[in-house]
Amino acid sequence: MKIKTAAVLLVLCVVIAVVPLLLIKDSEFGGADDAASETISQILEVEEYTPWASPVYEPPGGETESLLFCLQAALGAGVFGYGIGVLREREKSRKEA
Amino acid sequence: MNVKQKRIIGLLAVFAAVFSVAPAAKAMHIMEGYLPVKYCIAWGGLCIPFLAAGFFSLKKTVADHRKAIIILAMCGAYAFVLSALKIPSVTGSSSHPTGTGLGAILFGPSVMSILGILVLLFQAVLLAHGGLTTLGANTFSMAIAGPFISYGIYKLATKCKVNRLVAVFLAAAIGNLATYCITSLQLALAYPSQTGGMMESLVKFMGIFAVTQVPIAIIEGIITAMVVSALETYAKPELSEIGFLRGGQKA
Repeated sequence: MKIKTAAVLLVLCVVIAVVPLLLIKDSEFGGADDAASETISQILEVEEYTPWASPVYEPPGGETESLLFCLQAALGAGVFGYGIGVLREREKSRKEA
Repeated sequence: MNVKQKRIIGLLAVFAAVFSVAPAAKAMHIMEGYLPVKYCIAWGGLCIPFLAAGFFSLKKTVADHRKAIIILAMCGAYAFVLSALKIPSVTGSSSHPTGTGLGAILFGPSVMSILGILVLLFQAVLLAHGGLTTLGANTFSMAIAGPFISYGIYKLATKCKVNRLVAVFLAAAIGNLATYCITSLQLALAYPSQTGGMMESLVKFMGIFAVTQVPIAIIEGIITAMVVSALETYAKPELSEIGFLRGGQKA
């Protein structure tokens, strides 16, 4: 893939993600699963569905959650980048040999 | 399996644990306590043969293709990064890609059942995301159905002589979308509407999950095709070895 093609594709990804943000003003963009739990309540015709089990642990707040969230993305990207680096060097030494 | 391979598997497991710690609470898996007991058990049971197949497939890949282990680790890392990215969508809700298509295309679909369940398990335990009671259902949709459909689409597309990267795009995007269609189906089976039955519920849940997912599936497809393109540049021999490029034919 040429650099130019790659750049165009990346820009396209950004556009797809940004367009809803610009078009829909009155939304917090919550999770789709919250919307699903409302639908469950509707179908069962109850005020609010009570789950029969609760999570074993919940992060205390948004800050801790975002810490874990950043950690996940950073470490994942790190391993991925390391892998690309290893493969690139391997390819280089293959070519030299 | 030698000591080095064992170490690498151990490392993979630790990475799996660490990466999956995060994907903040609101996303798309079926939440803890939201599925009746008999469905939890049924979906869980259905996963077991796939997980066993995945375990053996993983073991074989690690034993037979030592040079490709780094790519396997990258597939795991890829799924973890993508499931951390919650992207706003046209419905006004957010959802995240699954990242399971890449590993399914390169290493076969059953391998992803193991990588996927690790992600889901730790999300359920540490982030109140998904749940232990709904683990079976979520594993089936994200770590089994999605990867198998991705793999099927990829095979079908290459058989139809579609350009390889286009085939990868289609496989990853449709696999991602399929994951959420299965989630909708699972909820609809458990919560049939009192007036319109299962189909009415299915339409409702699809309206939430599938529609939200369309733009996100397209993004996942594009990124996955780019990753495969990068791997083709740097890792041709490894890809041929795992049977992806079939003797290193030109991309």
